[in-house]
Amino acid sequence: MKYLDEYRDEALAQKIVEEIRRTVTKPWVLMEVCGGQTHSIVKYGIDRLLPDKVELVHGPGCPVCVTSLEMIDKALEIARRPEVIFCSFGDMLRVPGSKDDLLVLKSRGADVRVVYSPIDCLKIARANPQKKVVFFAIGFETTAPANAMSVWQAHQQGITNYSILVSHVLVPPSIASILQSPFNRVQGFLGPGHVCTVMGYREYEPIAARYKVPIVITGFEPIDILEGTLMTIRQLEGGKAEVQNQYPRVVSREGNKVAQDLVNKVFEVGDRKWRGVGSIPKSGYKLRYEFRDYDADRIFDTREIDTKEPEICISGLVLRGVKKPHDCPAFGNLCTPEHPLGATMVSAEGACAAYYAYGRHLEARKRPENALTS
Amino acid sequence: MCLAIPGKLIEIATDPNGVRMGKANFGGIVKQVCLEYTPEVEKGDYVLVHVGFALSKVDEAEAARTYQALERMQQLAELDIPDVPDEPFAIPRVA
Repeated sequence: MKYLDEYRDEALAQKIVEEIRRTVTKPWVLMEVCGGQTHSIVKYGIDRLLPDKVELVHGPGCPVCVTSLEMIDKALEIARRPEVIFCSFGDMLRVPGSKDDLLVLKSRGADVRVVYSPIDCLKIARANPQKKVVFFAIGFETTAPANAMSVWQAHQQGITNYSILVSHVLVPPSIASILQSPFNRVQGFLGPGHVCTVMGYREYEPIAARYKVPIVITGFEPIDILEGTLMTIRQLEGGKAEVQNQYPRVVSREGNKVAQDLVNKVFEVGDRKWRGVGSIPKSGYKLRYEFRDYDADRIFDTREIDTKEPEICISGLVLRGVKKPHDCPAFGNLCTPEHPLGATMVSAEGACAAYYAYGRHLEARKRPENALTS
Repeated sequence: MCLAIPGKLIEIATDPNGVRMGKANFGGIVKQVCLEYTPEVEKGDYVLVHVGFALSKVDEAEAARTYQALERMQQLAELDIPDVPDEPFAIPRVA
């Protein structure tokens, strides 16, 4: 059955690629926003199926990657404390801070635990009343309802030894920031399907109108990405700039209202620093004042940590779609998933790590003309 | 990280704290799922689940398709992280 599906997908994929070929007359640069889409594109080589005129660049949609170095250092400082049980999604454990990572701390005896869901942290908090349980609340809008519910439930249930270290990021302000940059090359976006499952896509409409870019909310499977690409190209060739939904089988314009309501009850929008990019105004969530007792950043009063990224790293430009991973002289030699130098290499969903995982660093070596010369 | 995984709801119950919870089967792995954000779902429905929270209902064909796609992309590892048991417990600290 599985193979039949794959066969059908392949025939359909060819058909859509042909249609893109027939439609495109001018060169266009499209950005996929979601890290899951990036992974899919590189794994299946979707960018290489497309005509030369259509370039896919990879966006900032990996929350693990864009969590700032300062925030990782803060997490490490909190996790080091003997009274703390530090809980995190597994993806964050190997992300390097200025010195160590969470896995190193764990090996040295810190109580660092990988959890599947933030709701598990409440059980850990109840079972360990003498400890302070801290959850590393990272993620885009998809993850916000889970993290918000953990705080809401702690509040409802009178759990006082639970807090979250918030590093939430939001997609629409990051898109707007890319479009405002004088170096911007992106002319159309494949919007993030599962983020929009929660948020819907109303909030993308003013961005499409203001910056005159098509935004097509797209799934993460190869066929979805090809369809999303075709819909975006059709708009660009036709001079349109609208929000369209390629993924209606999962995404609605309104999204999940129940989830949005609780997120808005617990969180408010605030400025957020993105790894590799810097601070983007109103691009993240922070806990509302009423929930300040659950704010690990406040409870633990970590000192301001001054951090510096390696100068050679161009991840900020990769996250904005200005450069590709193999434009970086460090890619695949100085910088690898085992020893990442920057944001886009620290998690499997980052563009550099995805290129590396599927062997594109080997091609980059074969083609030195691709290397950044400046 | 932002992808949601489809599972079939095999049990729905309200926990002692009044939270609507359920159990979902993800290709043989059964995990706890919070259903507070999907008040409309019933036992037997397929739901898209992200970090233990059902975010929307999907039909069976879509669920199968999405699950296979995630499997091919090796994006199901998080399901292997065990649920924290409900009963109070203490994990001995490794110093």
